[in-house]
Amino acid sequence: MSKECKVDCGRRRLVVATAAVGGAGAVAALVPFLSSMLPSERAKAAGAPVEVDIGNLEPGQMMTVEWRGKPVWIINRNKEMLETLAKLSDTVLDPKSDKTMQPDYCKNETRSIKPEVLVAVGICTHLGCSPSSKFKKGAEEGMGAEWLGGFLCPCHGSKFDFAGRVFKSMPAPDNLEVPPHTYLTDTRILIGEDKKGA
Amino acid sequence: MKANNMKKFLLALLFAPITAFAAGAALHLDKAPDVQGDKAALQSGAKTFVNYCLNCHGASFVRYNRLTELGLTEQQVKDNLMFTAEKIGEPMRVAARPAEQKQWFGAAPPDLSLIARARSSEDGSGADWLYTYLRSFYRDDKRPTGWNNTVFENVGMPHLLWELQGQQVLNHESHKLELAVPGKLTPAEYDKQVADLVGFMVWMSEPGAGFRNKLGYGVLAFLGVLFVFAYMLKKEYWKDIK
Amino acid sequence: MASDTQYEKYKSDGSLQGNVLEWFDARFPATSMWRGHLSEYYAPKNFNFWYFFGSLAMLVLVIQIVTGIFLTMHYKPDASLNASGIPVAFASVEYIMRDVSWGWLIRYMHSTGASAFFVVVYLHMFRGMLYGSYRQPRELIWVFGTLIFLCLMAEAFMGYLLPWGQMSFWGAQVIVNLFSAIPLIGDPLSLWIRGDFVVGDATLNRFFSFHVIAVPLVLLGLVAAHILALHEVGSNNPDGVEIKKKKDANGIPLDGIPFHPYYSVKDIVGVVVFLMVFSIIVFFAPEGGGYFLEYNNFLPADPLKTPPHIAPVWYFTPYYSLLRAMVWPIFGIDAKFWGVVAMGAGVVILAFLPWLDRSPVKSIRYRGPIYKTLLTIWVISFFILGFLGTKPPSYAFFGVIPGAPVTQILTAYYFLFFLTMPWWSKIDKYKPEPERVTFK
Repeated sequence: MSKECKVDCGRRRLVVATAAVGGAGAVAALVPFLSSMLPSERAKAAGAPVEVDIGNLEPGQMMTVEWRGKPVWIINRNKEMLETLAKLSDTVLDPKSDKTMQPDYCKNETRSIKPEVLVAVGICTHLGCSPSSKFKKGAEEGMGAEWLGGFLCPCHGSKFDFAGRVFKSMPAPDNLEVPPHTYLTDTRILIGEDKKGA
Repeated sequence: MKANNMKKFLLALLFAPITAFAAGAALHLDKAPDVQGDKAALQSGAKTFVNYCLNCHGASFVRYNRLTELGLTEQQVKDNLMFTAEKIGEPMRVAARPAEQKQWFGAAPPDLSLIARARSSEDGSGADWLYTYLRSFYRDDKRPTGWNNTVFENVGMPHLLWELQGQQVLNHESHKLELAVPGKLTPAEYDKQVADLVGFMVWMSEPGAGFRNKLGYGVLAFLGVLFVFAYMLKKEYWKDIK
Repeated sequence: MASDTQYEKYKSDGSLQGNVLEWFDARFPATSMWRGHLSEYYAPKNFNFWYFFGSLAMLVLVIQIVTGIFLTMHYKPDASLNASGIPVAFASVEYIMRDVSWGWLIRYMHSTGASAFFVVVYLHMFRGMLYGSYRQPRELIWVFGTLIFLCLMAEAFMGYLLPWGQMSFWGAQVIVNLFSAIPLIGDPLSLWIRGDFVVGDATLNRFFSFHVIAVPLVLLGLVAAHILALHEVGSNNPDGVEIKKKKDANGIPLDGIPFHPYYSVKDIVGVVVFLMVFSIIVFFAPEGGGYFLEYNNFLPADPLKTPPHIAPVWYFTPYYSLLRAMVWPIFGIDAKFWGVVAMGAGVVILAFLPWLDRSPVKSIRYRGPIYKTLLTIWVISFFILGFLGTKPPSYAFFGVIPGAPVTQILTAYYFLFFLTMPWWSKIDKYKPEPERVTFK
């Protein structure tokens, strides 16, 4: 360019200013398009919290409900099941639930709000299969004499106890996820929401 | 220049109202009052809709939780308006089943989510149509429902709101509707309730309309600023050209 | 613009960007293309208002593609009924309008963009007629353009079926049925196009495929060809003067200016003004008075209930009028067939303009009174034909002048304008074209 700097600079400033305003507009215009890919109202409604009545769930029994397309287990643990938890402190990878696989109000030994009732997402933290229940002690269900009861994932052999805690040396790296949940009454649980609404 | 004159002529033609050529309007419609800015009116309309219309008509594109935009809390919606769903995120489906309705009525009553947009025409807006329609029912013993309507001849819909409006009859000489038996509301009160109901249906047909307009002002303001810069930039560069 | 480019290979100035560019340029004609199509593409310096519409057409094409991509993420081409008794396709559009974040804006941009496309393209084509942009050596640009116009009509027609409203369905039903008018092959042809005995789910799905990918690909290819053909010979201008006839010592046309930065900067202004008009419609009147989003289309398609009045979308109405003008059977073949022929011929005849126009001058500025009068009447006819196309065949102006004979007269005029052009364009008076461009 052989033009005088004065003209050039003025021109350059105008180009920069226009580009800046135009650029701001372009970025703003991008927002609706990218936002449109977020979960829609339909997806949010389908992922809404699920209410479960556990009035008929006997001690020792488990029920499964669906939340956000995933199976959620609710286990009414009896005394025997609860007693196994302390015995497994050295066998499980994360006995104190240090890793945030549960809400703060479930960071305890039973990983639950009420000691007996476990609410956990029934999906193995390895690659996503759903573990099978192996509640009977000992070798009865093919788990070996040492087995105190819990879950076995059929895909790659990960084991979980009655609090959903993963055993050491398993393919799965984490305890089972405990979803946010709250008790609407003694026997009605709302899965998907913390207490007093999100 | 000839091209310039032609341009002017073409522009004039473009903006000449097409209705200037039109034959006379076929249907006279009353103007529906605009209640879109009145949240209380829209809430009242929602209540009327849910109590009278949702039994037969669906509004399957409107989710209950959207009603909070009318100034209601989720709890208020759940308590007063949510009759056909369990979760507040669900849509306002009709109470009955469309297949059964077809059997009973001959045709399933249409979904009303978009009715205020669908009923627009050269004669008036969809709101005008609905406002006039809901106030134009009259007694007609020849019809299976006992009702007819000057806006929609031989309509299959009965006059759900007859207890509120009263009973009109059609004077066959003057071709005007007259109130033969008064209802629970005075004509003015009934008109207000219908206006609110129609306002609600207008809102339902595009709940985001208010936001759309507001955003439009912002976008145009921005483009105005951008225009100034772009124009100055053009002028600057085109100084070079002679 | 291959390896034997007339432009020198880029030589790096030693900086990092320079080195990268030199590496790239040794393997890809980047700088060569930049120079050939932008910074050293010399366009006439007297472009006026009519010259905005080419770049605006490209802008609208981009808008339609981008908004189309995002709409396709949520739209479902399914004619079956959902649990509420509403066709899934129709419901998916309302899903976009209400449940998808900002879906309403993307939808309105796409629907407004469709109408904007035709406004822009009609004005773009009219510029060609005004200034003789189709004349030698630009005939091929014009022919590509006619093909683009045809593809655009197909694209818009198929896109319009997708919302699956009453107008979508019945408009498609009527137009596809027209093909059955073709003698011998008509019925099987219609069956093949529809994939069923009536317009239905099969039709919807194939129109979706064509609208989303097949026709857009063809359109992009044709637009590329259109621009390449243009750049090969250089742009025309309002005076119809060939600027390449007068070059300076460096071979640069005296009346030429590099497209970049002069026209890039000018076109940006055009874009901003366009976006202002576009935004007014999108944000304040997306229905366009019932012309951009037809009222009847807010009712889901009902194969059992024909609307009282079916009309095509506004941009098809002039050609629809040509179709409806043909009401007599000829050579024993149904009038319906001749209507289709008329409509098709109305578009195709445009392609012949370069050979029909025998005037010694290109631009209206130097043409005689015959041309100016006939063209004015032709434009007015086009508008009236368009207006009549929105009305039922029984329509009468002011209730007394019947529209049908008017349609026929204007249809005849539409074709005669072109068919008699070789004669009147030769005998018309003309003024001498200037040597250099003028600014008027």
